[in-house]
Amino acid sequence: MKRLVVIGNGMAACRLLEELTHLAPDLYQITVVGEEPFAGYNRVMLSPLLCGGTDEKTITTYPHQWYRERSIRLITGSPVVEIHRHRRQVITAAGHVLEYDRLLLATGAAPRQLPVDGVALKGVMSFRDLHDVRTLLSLPAARVVVVGGGFLGLEAADALVKLGHDVTLVHSRGHLLNQQLDETAGHRLQQDLEARGLKFVMQARTQSIEDNGHGGVAAVHLGDGQRLPADYVVQAVGIVPRAELAARAGLTVNQGIRVDDTLQTFDPAIYAIGECVEHRQRTFGLVAPLYEQASVCASHLAELGHRRYLYADSATRLKISGIDLVSFGDFSGEGDTLQLALPGGYRRLQIRDNRIIGMVLYGDVAEAPFYETLWRNCTDISAMRATLLLGEAFCNLPGNGGNTQEEIAA
Amino acid sequence: MSICTTCPYCGVGCGIKTDGITLQGDKQHPANAGRLCVKGSSVLETLGDQDRLLQPEVNGQVVPWDRALDEVADRFRRIVDEHGPDAVAFYVSGQLLTEDYYVANKLMKGFIGSANIDTNSRLCMSSAVVAHKRAFGEDVVPGCYEDLELADLVILTGSNTAWAHPIVYQRIAAAKQARPDMKVVVIDPRRTATCDLADLHLAIRPGQDVPLFNGLLTWLDDHNALDQDYIDAHTEGFDSTLHTARKQGNDWHALAEQMGVSQVDLTTFYHWFSACERTVTVFSQGVNQARNGSDQGNAIINAHLATGRVGKPGASPFSITGQPNAMGGREVGGLANQLAVHLDIDNPEHHAAVADFWQTETLATENGLTAVDLFNAVESGQVKAVWIMATNPVDSLPEADRVRHALMACDTVVVSDCVASGDTLACADIRLPALGWGEKSGMVTNSERCVSRQRPFVKAPGDAKADWWIVTEVARRMGYDYAFPYQHEHEIFAEYSALTALAGRFGKRLDMTAAAGLSADQYEQWQPQQWPLQGNPRCFADGHFATPNGRGRFVACENPKVRKIGDAFPIILNSGRIRDQWHTMTRTGRAGRLFAHLSEPFAALHPEDIERYRLKEGGFVRLSSKVGDALVRVTSDTGQRPGTAFMPMHWTDQFSRRARVDALVPARLDPHSGQPAFKHTPVNVSDWQPRWHGWLFTVAPAPAVEYWARVPVDAFLQTGQVQRYRLAGDADLTEQQLHDWMPEAAQWLALNDPASGHFRRAALDSEGRLLAWLAIGEELPLCDVEWLANCFADEAETQHLALLAGQPVDAGPDLGPVICSCFQVPQKTIEAAVEAGADSVEAIGKGCQAGTNCGSCIPELRGLLETCSV
Repeated sequence: MKRLVVIGNGMAACRLLEELTHLAPDLYQITVVGEEPFAGYNRVMLSPLLCGGTDEKTITTYPHQWYRERSIRLITGSPVVEIHRHRRQVITAAGHVLEYDRLLLATGAAPRQLPVDGVALKGVMSFRDLHDVRTLLSLPAARVVVVGGGFLGLEAADALVKLGHDVTLVHSRGHLLNQQLDETAGHRLQQDLEARGLKFVMQARTQSIEDNGHGGVAAVHLGDGQRLPADYVVQAVGIVPRAELAARAGLTVNQGIRVDDTLQTFDPAIYAIGECVEHRQRTFGLVAPLYEQASVCASHLAELGHRRYLYADSATRLKISGIDLVSFGDFSGEGDTLQLALPGGYRRLQIRDNRIIGMVLYGDVAEAPFYETLWRNCTDISAMRATLLLGEAFCNLPGNGGNTQEEIAA
Repeated sequence: MSICTTCPYCGVGCGIKTDGITLQGDKQHPANAGRLCVKGSSVLETLGDQDRLLQPEVNGQVVPWDRALDEVADRFRRIVDEHGPDAVAFYVSGQLLTEDYYVANKLMKGFIGSANIDTNSRLCMSSAVVAHKRAFGEDVVPGCYEDLELADLVILTGSNTAWAHPIVYQRIAAAKQARPDMKVVVIDPRRTATCDLADLHLAIRPGQDVPLFNGLLTWLDDHNALDQDYIDAHTEGFDSTLHTARKQGNDWHALAEQMGVSQVDLTTFYHWFSACERTVTVFSQGVNQARNGSDQGNAIINAHLATGRVGKPGASPFSITGQPNAMGGREVGGLANQLAVHLDIDNPEHHAAVADFWQTETLATENGLTAVDLFNAVESGQVKAVWIMATNPVDSLPEADRVRHALMACDTVVVSDCVASGDTLACADIRLPALGWGEKSGMVTNSERCVSRQRPFVKAPGDAKADWWIVTEVARRMGYDYAFPYQHEHEIFAEYSALTALAGRFGKRLDMTAAAGLSADQYEQWQPQQWPLQGNPRCFADGHFATPNGRGRFVACENPKVRKIGDAFPIILNSGRIRDQWHTMTRTGRAGRLFAHLSEPFAALHPEDIERYRLKEGGFVRLSSKVGDALVRVTSDTGQRPGTAFMPMHWTDQFSRRARVDALVPARLDPHSGQPAFKHTPVNVSDWQPRWHGWLFTVAPAPAVEYWARVPVDAFLQTGQVQRYRLAGDADLTEQQLHDWMPEAAQWLALNDPASGHFRRAALDSEGRLLAWLAIGEELPLCDVEWLANCFADEAETQHLALLAGQPVDAGPDLGPVICSCFQVPQKTIEAAVEAGADSVEAIGKGCQAGTNCGSCIPELRGLLETCSV
């Protein structure tokens, strides 16, 4: 049997293992090296976990038994320190030396660190893994400043509010989730979260974190001179692909580990998937493309490889504090803007040449698959434009879309 | 408890039985024997305190009755003292009851001393009055409804009977069904709904009635079909009349061509007329409302006199009135050229008798100003105070815009009305709240001289009072208390009935004397009766007429001058009624149901004209005449003669932005009757293309846009009744405007597509109830207006998307809660996948996508796998 070593035990790695063991159950003797001391868990569920919506057992989607059933050796809590490409060996911190015929890098990403003074203080945390969640859950009631109004920052802040903390979220842009939402939806999200007790300071750049004199946090200082007293800081300002190991092994690394369309690195024996890779100048942070990479890569490792990974712009689907959000495409302003606002939701479609080019759904996302299909298929929507925002059911009503002129005898 | 009363609408005068909650036709009433039309059936829906005038107002201030009555009396007194009695005027209405009419006439002619009291009957019936007086010596309709059933030939001319007098039409239809040999001829330039019943439709050119009936007289002469004995014994003026009629010759081919009909149709009509001894010719506004309306009436009567067919069973000319009590008004003398009870102002004997009866020395000695002249005199300042009762001259008189300006500039305008808003009320200095139908009590006379009671069955709203009471109180305050002692309407009716003795004294047929000593109780118990009371239901059957020598008079009718149709105004505009509306919609406009038939003002044109003038069916047309313009919808109607158009007369500024047909009509009058020619207005037409269309539901007044038409919705919010507006405009809209058209609201639903000009708004209160709804688009936004109307009436909250869509959507089967939010997969879909054989989370994902994105729902999928496979 061939030997496959997988570095990383995150969602991409687990999905690949699932597909690979299904496609070629007897091809490899597989060893998985996970840095974290856990079996495979669903990182997406960390936010529900933080606010008590679920438990560790439930989010452990790949328990130890799952590995045993597939004869996969799982090494946890021991990071890989070196890859010897010539010897085709992987060495862990605990001293394991693992031979491989094929190596898969799924090392993920690390939270970006704020480039400010005080970032190393005790009490400055991230929200990335199960360990972080455990730390956050152990905090006494306190003043917390969350830096970053992206998805993770909002999830953390919302959960911390629910845990009883006094939370202020600092965001550098004018509206929240500025990658995923337009201004209207971003403002609406802010209002909805404010109603739940979360405070916001928008368009604020973090200048420094003040030491409380004991190595802990006293306050966050903003660019405009504002001082936000705080006991803890959670930084959620994005992620950086973890590619140091690959770089040291001599693989081509730019922002992430460079891979081709078959997810192969510079070294034909080594594949990489997930947040650690760079594919066609693009890095990744959402789960959908990772799964697609895992699937393509699994087919190649299974020696059934004919598929290519090509990035498909997919919809971003998020849920923040129970509020569903879906967006895709370009909604920055090109083309015609169509908006629908209801107490329970907001919809925006961006139309160019009678085609949907972008969408934001806030709150009520039931129509997301409908719009996504129209977007993917580049469907000409001119006949249903009048009812498009109202949803699929209204576009299918008889008479809608036609130019029916009403009778005076209405 | 049920009461018997009379319908407030047309001159058929149907009996109604109602307890205020349900309503039926009165089976005992001779006019309708239980039948009712849609307007009559829905009259209860027009009641209610909504938009009623409830308190007297002087200069916009609510005042007690005493103050308002003093103000009216003082102003009239002062103006009469300073400028003479002819400086004041009353303009009254066929909607008034006989008692109201009587006291108004008595006050103006008898005591103020001017004959400046005219009525809106001038606009509909005065040519028939002239025709009757010229032919019979008295304004008498000789026949009765039964004649329509006895006739072998019924000619309906200038009358869309099916819509304007539906029960008369139904009676003819029933008779024709029972006797299929009976023939019906409709003479009308339009092919109307009435033509459904016609064996022959003569779609003559507008204004060809006199040539048609002159031709008939010639034909009768040519074919030995005259009743020469009758002519010799009972008439005068035949020879000169025939001579005049014969001037156009008897080349039937040429005449048919001139009239715009086929020779066969023309001679068929003549043949039928000569062959049918029992012939009734029903004529109405299409005959009366012309510059030669009186002659048109006499041309018809000439043919009946020439064949001896007057006042005989199944044989008579029959003028059908438009209003419920136009006839009652004519009887008491409510026209400026009548004295009272069919007597004449300029007849010294009549004058002396009436002055003696009323015990007055100030009885008017000269005819007063007829409607159009009256308002001209208001405009010129000659009349300085006018009191308008129960009518809407700003909408119903020709050159209606000029009437409005005249009233706005007039020293004193008093308006008595039952509604709070109206185009005439808007000009009033003093507004007096009058009783409406169902509240007021009195008599009305219908088209066959049948006198019936209107009885009250609901309490008067606010401080509204009977018109007779208001006039009586003003008369007393002007110093005539001795002549106006009335405490109850029956005293007025008794006095009027007694006065008709004078009519008898001067040889008139009007005779109500049997009711002169009527007690209050007898008045209450009054059953419908025709006058002459205790007489023959038909008049002049014996060939004896109310002329001084007792002979019926032929009236020589010259053919009208042929007016060339100019290029500037190439279309002849006709106006008239539609089936479900009445006059200026002050009552029918309150019932949303009555807009279901026709909901917007329109102009009907022949498809050829629509094409020729580059109009669009269903689009908008701007009509302009020499005196005004209108903006209405285009209806295509092959029943129109090319070169003609038809507009309904009903829409006012209360119901549409600019759809008052009478703003287009120039004030051209019949020289004898003073009746305006409403049926013959030269106009031009041009397409109007709005840049946007819309619907607006709100309780607020219409927004200031180029076109709007209102329909009331049967839904009431705290702020008032919901109205539905159809909107269109050619100016760019701003979001601010849309905002301004909507009320304050707790919640909003909004759709914006500015690039295609599509906007929708729904305003909701904090409990989610609909307050207002708006949709604007480059084309008319789709919605189900009836469903939306129900959403306003419904207490229940409606799904927001459906509300914004303005239409219901089938929610489909309940698929349970959404389990996979990424792909919006509901529980039932997942269960179906499991039942179809999916035995793992992956298999579910393959089957229905669930769990294949973020995986958050995988635990739930596992749970479903377990529960479903058990």
